[in-house]
Amino acid sequence: MQAQAEGTGGAGADGGEDVLLDVRGLKMYFPVTAGALFPKTVGHIKAIDDVSFFVKRGETLGLVGESGCGKTTTGRAILQFFKPTGGQVVFEGRDLTTIHAEEMRKMRERMQIVFQDPYSSLNPRMTAGQIIGEPMVVHRSVASKAERQERVAELFNVVGLNPSMGNRFPHEFSGGQRQRIGIARALALNPSFIVCDEPVSALDVSIQAQVINLFEELQEEFNLTYLFIAHDLSVVRHIADRIAVMYLGHIVEIAPSEELYANPLHPYTQALLSAVPIPDPRIEATRKRMLVKGEIPSPLNPPIGCVFHPRCPLMTEECRAAMPGLREVTPGHWAACIKV
Amino acid sequence: MPMVRLLEVDDLHVEFTTDSGIVRAVDGVSYGVDLGETLAIVGESGCGKSVSALSIMGLLSSAGRVRSGQVLFNGTNLLKLSNSEMRQVRGKQISMVFQEPMTSLNPLLTVGRQLSEILELHMGMNGRQAKARVIELLELVEITDAERRFSQYPHHLSGGMRQRVMLALALSCQPKVVIADEPTTALDVTIQAQILELMKNLTLEFGMALIIITHNLGVVARYADSVNIMYAGRVVEGGTAEQVYIDPRHPYTRGLMNSVPRPDQARTAKLQPIEGQPPDLSNLPGGCSFRPRCPFAIERCSADIPPLVDAGDGHSSACWVSDQLPPVSSHSC
Repeated sequence: MQAQAEGTGGAGADGGEDVLLDVRGLKMYFPVTAGALFPKTVGHIKAIDDVSFFVKRGETLGLVGESGCGKTTTGRAILQFFKPTGGQVVFEGRDLTTIHAEEMRKMRERMQIVFQDPYSSLNPRMTAGQIIGEPMVVHRSVASKAERQERVAELFNVVGLNPSMGNRFPHEFSGGQRQRIGIARALALNPSFIVCDEPVSALDVSIQAQVINLFEELQEEFNLTYLFIAHDLSVVRHIADRIAVMYLGHIVEIAPSEELYANPLHPYTQALLSAVPIPDPRIEATRKRMLVKGEIPSPLNPPIGCVFHPRCPLMTEECRAAMPGLREVTPGHWAACIKV
Repeated sequence: MPMVRLLEVDDLHVEFTTDSGIVRAVDGVSYGVDLGETLAIVGESGCGKSVSALSIMGLLSSAGRVRSGQVLFNGTNLLKLSNSEMRQVRGKQISMVFQEPMTSLNPLLTVGRQLSEILELHMGMNGRQAKARVIELLELVEITDAERRFSQYPHHLSGGMRQRVMLALALSCQPKVVIADEPTTALDVTIQAQILELMKNLTLEFGMALIIITHNLGVVARYADSVNIMYAGRVVEGGTAEQVYIDPRHPYTRGLMNSVPRPDQARTAKLQPIEGQPPDLSNLPGGCSFRPRCPFAIERCSADIPPLVDAGDGHSSACWVSDQLPPVSSHSC
């Protein structure tokens, strides 16, 4: 556990449990360049900076935060869509940041993604059947065309679509149906882990519930592990077993869902929860609101010290000194704040 | 007890001509607001909530047409006004905050220019007066460093800031009615809370009427006095926020309440989604539009469209079986 000792982000796996994914001190810096002809790197956007967490087999870890906090980048860095600047991503015991491209290709069968936008994430020129069958072609996971067609039909049923719709194109489906196609595609290779990147935020309320239920049913049926990225704290509370809260590239709090909502420790988590209105006028009438002032700073020029200090109601001089690491305040409940 | 309200939409019908035929986007909608009141119009995409607001402002696109009905503002039917008369109302008496702060500000004009333009046009101010007032307005919507922001362009501002500028624009002539169409959908939660709080406080302070169009049931519960639930171009339930949330009398309202996960409740059971898809407006089923998705439908529902009926306490619903719905357990909703 060397990375953990070096890193400031504590909440690593403690070994004993069945950990499927262990992210240690993950960093993803994107270069910022200037000059058109001979671009020079003039700085870095630290999209994620020293992020550590683990996901146990069969559980759902919710990753919440506002736009630009690095939650999507975290999901993509785990899947090696780009090479992380630093840190390790240990999946089923192998560090993905060091294995060869060919091995990584094999690993991708085990880890898939469902994207946010059901409109742009499906190729408009392929039929639904071709879209769902494509991973099997790419990874040569089935022996024959007949076998593939059988599997595609099976996947249609699994996600609640009629296999007779296989010859239709994406534009002939509604948003909710398209998201089901995206889910079927992710399931095509029997993965054990799925990154769900805001998979219901583009859907209407009544359709959202259908898709959330589908995610839960599939998890039970195929023993899936989810990293569920979202900004909607109500959805995450419903689906996640544990929740990590991100702010400006850092995880500021991790706790089991119920614990996080009952007893939020980090001032940012408290503000975030207080900002979400509850659909009951009686409760809203008496609820205390904690409005956080200001806006999220640019990740190009993050605050020195604790990244939340300029907006934090508890801020004191010490907060300007250094970004506090995650500390286990009560068993399983980690927070990165010197005030708790 | 028909009172004259500040703004009253009366039996509004709006049609769009499309390739797939005539679409009745708004099909007999009535509602009203008074000064100091916040009305929420709730529904999912395509239910006609935005179209009804755009027709109040006379901003329908060329494919759209108001077929019948009236929009009474202080007793005047806005739909009968000429373009130039309407221009005196729009922005001055009734103003609008749009969903997308990125696209609803002119990218080529400075913040200051966009705001002073409306003051010069409607309030007859000269350049200097307008500038002073604009800076006051920017401070009112809690934009820091207002002097500097005055000469910046929209792309210099964050999404939350742009929405504050939109709000300043809407409030600049101290209108009687502000219509906010999904004002915070594009914003992050903490910024959403800031903007809504500000909007509510300012409309209370100036005693305006506020119409919020949204799909977020939480926002409605926090900010609205009264609610209209829309489905497929019609209002299916209306009343005070308490009435509608505590004792929903339309199956669609109940479905909506049951299908949203709640931030204040632990996961107890599966969500209960509304089965099926929202209807295709160019091809509506006969009778009640919600019937194909309704768990309580009876035979009559496929024959006759249920009218919106007031139960006597201001709580109305458009459902043949609203009296026979099972009681709401406080748990499930």
